[in-house]
Amino acid sequence: MSDDLKKLQAALRQATPDPDSDAKAAALAAAQESFDRIQGSEAQARPIPESPQNAGPFWKGPFAMFNKIRLRPALYLTSCLVVAGAVFVTYEPWNPQAPLERKDEVEKVGDLRLQTLETEEADAALELRDSETQSMAEVSQEPVIVVIPSPKKELGRIRLRSDEVPQENRSTAQIDGSGATDPGLTLGSQPQSGVLSGIVAQDQIAPDPYPKPGDQFEGEPENPLKITVEEPVSTFSIDVDTASYAYVRNSILEGRLPAADAVRIEEMVNYFPYNYAAPDISEAPFSTQLNFITTPWNPDTKLIHIGIQGAKPAIEDRPSLNLVFLIDTSGSMQDANKLPLLKQSFRLLLNELRPEDQVAIVTYAGSAGTVLEPTSASNRSEILASLNRLSAGGSTAGQAGLQQAYALAEQMGEDGDIGRVLLATDGDFNVGISDPEALKTFVEKKRETGTYLSVFGFGQGNYRDDMMQTLAQNGNGTAAYIDTLAEAQKVLVDQVSGALFPIANDVKIQVEFNPALIAEYRLIGYETRALNREDFNNDKVDAGEIGAGHAVTAIYEVTPVGSPAIKNDPLRYQTETVADTGTGELGFLKLRYKNPGEDTSKLVTQPIQEVVHVTPPAEAHFAAAIAGFGQILKGSNYTGDWTLEDAAKLAQSFKAEDKFGYRAEAIRLMKLAEGLE
Amino acid sequence: MRMETSDENLVLLAQSGDGEAFSALVSRHYDLIYRLGFRMLGNRTEAQDLAQDVCAGLAAKLKGFRGEARFTTWLYRVAINAAKDRLRKRTTRQKAQEGWGEVENLNRQTSAEQQAELDWLKQAMGTLSPDLRETVALVLGEELTHAKAAESLGISEGTVSWRMSEVKKQLRALAEQEERYP
Repeated sequence: MSDDLKKLQAALRQATPDPDSDAKAAALAAAQESFDRIQGSEAQARPIPESPQNAGPFWKGPFAMFNKIRLRPALYLTSCLVVAGAVFVTYEPWNPQAPLERKDEVEKVGDLRLQTLETEEADAALELRDSETQSMAEVSQEPVIVVIPSPKKELGRIRLRSDEVPQENRSTAQIDGSGATDPGLTLGSQPQSGVLSGIVAQDQIAPDPYPKPGDQFEGEPENPLKITVEEPVSTFSIDVDTASYAYVRNSILEGRLPAADAVRIEEMVNYFPYNYAAPDISEAPFSTQLNFITTPWNPDTKLIHIGIQGAKPAIEDRPSLNLVFLIDTSGSMQDANKLPLLKQSFRLLLNELRPEDQVAIVTYAGSAGTVLEPTSASNRSEILASLNRLSAGGSTAGQAGLQQAYALAEQMGEDGDIGRVLLATDGDFNVGISDPEALKTFVEKKRETGTYLSVFGFGQGNYRDDMMQTLAQNGNGTAAYIDTLAEAQKVLVDQVSGALFPIANDVKIQVEFNPALIAEYRLIGYETRALNREDFNNDKVDAGEIGAGHAVTAIYEVTPVGSPAIKNDPLRYQTETVADTGTGELGFLKLRYKNPGEDTSKLVTQPIQEVVHVTPPAEAHFAAAIAGFGQILKGSNYTGDWTLEDAAKLAQSFKAEDKFGYRAEAIRLMKLAEGLE
Repeated sequence: MRMETSDENLVLLAQSGDGEAFSALVSRHYDLIYRLGFRMLGNRTEAQDLAQDVCAGLAAKLKGFRGEARFTTWLYRVAINAAKDRLRKRTTRQKAQEGWGEVENLNRQTSAEQQAELDWLKQAMGTLSPDLRETVALVLGEELTHAKAAESLGISEGTVSWRMSEVKKQLRALAEQEERYP
């Protein structure tokens, strides 16, 4: 640069005054106001038949029905207001003067629903672009997808469909979609119901609880109470999945309690980020913290809270990623909350990738095909174009798709890279291997090659939770359920961008309880993750992975010796005297893990001591509240007369920082669920 | 969360009706808009007005942003076009290409040397046409590469390079003039 230009640059910078904070605040307020105005007017102008504004006829329904349904529109209305009336929030780094306390008020229902616009609306949307954008944006072929916050009705309609269509017609109806054969419309026109709204019809004719008729869950009974003397050792694999929480949330927001089998307590507890101490990486890639608190639902027992925090290596140091998106484009994926949401979600992820990362796309529907050969993540336009070209149709050849995806991932792999298949599906594998066992074997074999698998569930009505769990658990991966774009942000960006590179593989936990102090114990959740005692030391036995920055929480409810809460009477003929070793240890915690790429596990141990907490450990109490919430939903035998209201109060007292608002949302769900009981 | 969220994702969330994301996006980039405005207009109050106008219009404009370019690239263009609009309106009332004419001295403890520098800057920026000024604001002010600046301005990279050499020429001419008539 010439001296003249340098001089100009320096002078220009010197002369530019710092922005005035008042002026900035005023500008931000103006921006927010116009944003709210636009959101508001759009909600009114958009001609969606199912929207509450147009759902007028149901108010004229029979009086008996009126009482039953009035709660729901009210809920919708409030959630609508909350979303539309987005609050003016600024973030610390940019404007310290901003009214931070209002942040708490931002309660997002996370209630985004996708709506694909009709052609003329798409044209209208295009006209909105102003000149600069128009010339800048290449005119693309993609359909315009507008995501709008709207009350839940889309799901209502979908569910209605699967309720009403006889089994033999169901798949046809799903493939035909919202065309002329849409059974939702047929039902709506029935004179006796006299309503067009799926919401109302659902209340009238569908009293069955979640899951949707097509959704399949693998149910495991609650872990039973163990007698320490008889079985002092408890072994399980960690679980970093979160799918169950999102599914539970979705069903509660729709006004239904989830079925017991759909509730996996550990996944609910692990949904939340916890403020656990960061590990000292020189010792182990994760830190372990133990807390000992009184059980909220039983004053005579205690909870042992185990919190594991994975290290978060600097994001710049992470190895390159080779990602194969394996996308289910079968007919059942066409609903707005499936393929369109999926495309949006992967766009979010794409923004987080670096040029040295590679992306490939494989689809499966009828037959499997590679849609995008491995492409550098810097080539955004090509990747986006491939994503946008996807459309749903046909049946699901899941097995062929998986095979192709793994083959691609292996081909892309170089030393030090992390290969991962990201499977996005509604869980419907109806062609090829559709037996979870056979798929499990296949995925297990592929695990040996070092390729990881992440499973993302979309939509309801066709959701095969059992299949998703099987795949993720056996394929060295995680399973998450995505119902909104906000959830996609959490799962794919905030967390999966960490989880995409694992820091510890096959993490197993074994706890041996001291019978001198602990009479009985039970592990809360982790039913599907139980291991045999001898599996702990067997490195051939697979277990869960911890991704960068992941937190994993496990909770035992223990009954101290002498507590009135002991459920089992002493035996008459076998008197076992337990020698108190005098260590004061309640038990002994052992963790095994493998460093990524290694076959031999390492062992970390720590005695569990009775700790007297000066200040109550907030994270342990919050986790306990969520565990209690999950147990009540699951119909646990152990929570006594403890209620969801108690859970909500407990969670509220230990909400702590809650910077993402996830905890506030959970508390709201508890309150909503209470009304549904 | 928003700290770690990229602009592009905030845009997607904002487009989906997430007011929080929109708010984060605007507050993250207010300074940029203001800065560009000041460098185009050379007046603090006007830069503030401009920034407020741009912010208020952003919600509507964002609908048209399709993610083909980086968000900041797009935002540079929005802000610069708004600034040029202002300059154009002003020329109907006042003489052409003012703006940098009446820049006030904000720093009270300005040394004589700094004052001289500021005077020179006023004169220099005042001589530059809006096209050259926008190029200077991006290339010198924001340190964009010629390619990036070209993308923001919707012109070719060659044009940016040509404009920068034109700026150099004019600064040289200004210096010569000063030498002749000190």
